[in-house]
Order: sequence, then structure tokens, then C-alpha cells
Amino acid sequence: MLENEAATLALGRALGQRLKALPEQVTVFLEGDLGAGKTTTTRGLLQAFGHQGAVKSPTYTLVEAYEWPERAVYHFDLYRLGDPEELEYMGIRDYFADDSVCILEWPERGQGYLPTPDISLQLRVAGKGREARLSAATKKGQEILAQVLESY
Amino acid sequence: MRVLGIETSCDETGVAIYDGERGLLAHALYSQIDLHAEYGGVVPELASRDHVRKLLPLIEQVMAECGSQKEDIDAICYTAGPGLIGALMVGASLGRALAYAWGVPAVGVHHMEGHLLAPMLEASPPAFPFVALLVSGGHTQLVAVKGIGQYEMLGESLDDAAGEAFDKAAKMLDLDYPGGPHIARLAERGTPGRFTFPRPMVDRPGLDFSFSGLKTYTLNTVAEHAQVDGLPDEQTCADIAHAFQEAVVGTLAIKCRRALEQTGLKTLIIAGGVSANTRLRTELEAALGKIGARVYYARPAFCTDNGAMIAYAGCQRLMAGQRESLAVNVKARWPLDSLPPL
Repeated sequence: MLENEAATLALGRALGQRLKALPEQVTVFLEGDLGAGKTTTTRGLLQAFGHQGAVKSPTYTLVEAYEWPERAVYHFDLYRLGDPEELEYMGIRDYFADDSVCILEWPERGQGYLPTPDISLQLRVAGKGREARLSAATKKGQEILAQVLESY
Repeated sequence: MRVLGIETSCDETGVAIYDGERGLLAHALYSQIDLHAEYGGVVPELASRDHVRKLLPLIEQVMAECGSQKEDIDAICYTAGPGLIGALMVGASLGRALAYAWGVPAVGVHHMEGHLLAPMLEASPPAFPFVALLVSGGHTQLVAVKGIGQYEMLGESLDDAAGEAFDKAAKMLDLDYPGGPHIARLAERGTPGRFTFPRPMVDRPGLDFSFSGLKTYTLNTVAEHAQVDGLPDEQTCADIAHAFQEAVVGTLAIKCRRALEQTGLKTLIIAGGVSANTRLRTELEAALGKIGARVYYARPAFCTDNGAMIAYAGCQRLMAGQRESLAVNVKARWPLDSLPPL
């Protein structure tokens, strides 16, 4: 259970700290309805990477890039995709290269064109707070999750 | 000077021809073109951002429309950023290559500078200096504009853009995308005063915006009044749309007025998709009329992404001597205030 916005940010930060410490490509799916806290979680995650400024929602731009000399975090929002094939026209494959961190909101709209996520986070509005469910689909994801749950 | 302008920074494929003396000669968006003529009868349904297949037929159509030959074109202007790298690369590589093949210069244009100068395409354009409100699905920014390339950022959205807030509120009310026009239509039937939504950040000093909280407030209001099918009754939906639009428009108007007072300027231009909203236009005219300021905007077709604004902005920079090297350079991020002044 995430009581408020601060708790959602803290979960994002805990996840971000683990991802920052792991110099590998990691893919995270963020699932949940409008206003469930997907972008807020991402803001917490980016803060752990050292990002200070605003975190703009990528709904219109489809992807917002946060780049540091040693690492890049790509924040996607596939909400506006009409067809998963459109991902090819934006050069989706290039983003999953090297040791990037890819955070995807509305990943179900890109089905068939996305890699298996290491971690999935499902968010749901529950009263005034949010309910979060974390799951891992890869071995790498399981290791990250174990560490996140330890530190959170 | 006659230039070909190409816009492919996001969803839309737009092409236009602008002449420094005669003005805009032709412009088209892919969605408007007569596909039967260009594709010989079979009309494929092309995806958003499939700029590769859309661009050449569009250029051919626009050239034919105004009777221009390749010899008549003095430069190719293309959007070089900000935007989606994959989408930008299509327009930029085609524009750069075409310029090389035709032996003319290429000019890379900043997408937001294009929007900001779009009101210059109208019959009575504004004069510098002015304050610009750039308000679209991806941006909400207030900029002080002394001249072309002389931009000072006054404020911007810290989270969702105003246009995006419209889209998301529309989704909550089960309306189609893009949400702006649908919310505006529904709001006309809304009862003023039934709901009052918060005006985000107006009580704080400064010129930044935040629309994420308004999104959550809308979500909660919809949930409170939801019936068995998950939606409130029709009148309540209209009342919510009305209250939502008033909150967005009211917030934008307060900040615009504050920006004019802060800078001492008397002219405001509004650009970007949300600037097509009539309620915003009338509210701004009323609010700014009180302080003796005037509002300018582009026709609705030039509020959203288009090739005409890129051709216009590119032509201005071409006349000032700007040229691209032979390399194809595009930028996903490109701060407006980093542009060179003319």
C-alpha cells in the first residue's frame, strides 16, 4: 500500500537506486489507469539517478530521454499508439540497446514489439492511496526486486 | 527566396512552400491529401509517424499545387528538433539530401520556434516584442520574445502539458482523442458553477504551471458521481467538462496576464494546438483587454503541427544567412532559449 504521493515517490526512488547500481539494460513496465501514479513513480526513480528538474509526462512525445555520460533512462508512454507497429517508425529498438533503463507506461499498447520486462509494477487507485504490485519476469528482475524489497 | 518546409517531429507529416515576397504558396498535411491521385487508386492506411511513405507524395502535391519547379526552390527547411529522433530523422535526411541534390542550402528549424512564429503567417501579424504562450499536447511554456531567436523562458509546466490534461480529462469522460475539441463541445452544455475545480499554482508566485493535480481532481470528481456504467449522467459529464475547461483556461489567463505585467509588454501571442480553443481565446481577450494588451493567434490549421510554420521560420533564418552543414543533425531535446538570435 502506498498511502500518498510521498510513498509513491519513495518506491520509485528505491527501484531507481537498485537500477543505478546495476550497469545492465533493464526494462520496467508500469501498468495502471490514468492517475494511478505511473509518472510519479518514474519521477522518484529519476531522482535516484540524480535528476533534479521536472519530469514531464511523455504522453504526447511518446518518449522523454534523460541522459548522463554513463547512463541513459528512457521514459516511454505508449498511450497514444494506434498500432504497435508504429513503434518501428519511431526506432524503438535503438532505445533498448547497451545499458539503458527503459520505463514504459501503457506497455500493453506495444504488444509484440517490446522485450520481456525484467520488472512489472501494477498501480491501482485504492481510496486516497495507491495499491502497488511488483513482479519479476526474468532472473535479473527477481534479483533487483529482492534488493528493492529489502531496502524499501 | 522561396523555400520548401518539412515537418516530421511527431505524428503529423506536413509540407509547405513559403515565398519571402509572396507569402505562403501552398501547404498540406498528410491527412488532407488526395491519396487517390498520388497512389493510383489504392489507398493504404498508413500509421502515424510513417513519415517515410508519406513525405514524397506530399512534396510532389504541394509543388504541383503552386506550380513550383525544383529550380524555383531556394532552400529546404526541415524540423531538426525537438521531437522523436526516429521521426525527425526522416524529414531531416530527406530534406538534407534533397537540398544537396538540388544544389540549394538546407536550414534546420526549431519546432517550437515554428509554432511561436505561426501567427506571422496571418494577415495582420503581431510586432516584436511580445510574450508567447506555447500551449499544446506536449508543451505549456511562457516565453518573452524580443525578436527571432531572442527568447527568454518565463515559465513552463512542471508535469503534464495543458493539451495533455484535456486529452486525459476527455478519456475519463469516455470522449475520443484528441480530447480538446470534444471537451470544448461538451462544456458548452455544462452548467456554470455546479463544480469549481482548483486553479493549479495560481496562488503561488512565478509563471510555472502544473496540471497533474487537476487531472487527479477530475478523476476523483468523475468517480464520486459515477453510476453503474462507471460514468456520471450526461449532464454531470457536461458540468465536469465545463468546470475542467474553466480551470485550465482560467489558469492560463492568470499566468499570461502576470507575464505581461512582469515584462511590461502589451502583446501576447498564443500558439500550439490548445490555442485553437475558442474559450481560451475569448477569455484571454477579455482578461488582457482590461490591461490594454492585445492577443494574436494563428488560424486553427496552423495551431497544430504543420509544414507552413517550418517553411516560414526557416525562410527567416535563411535570409539571415543560416545554413546547415552537410551532416544530418537532429536533436530530441533542444532548449528554445539556446537558439542564436537573428
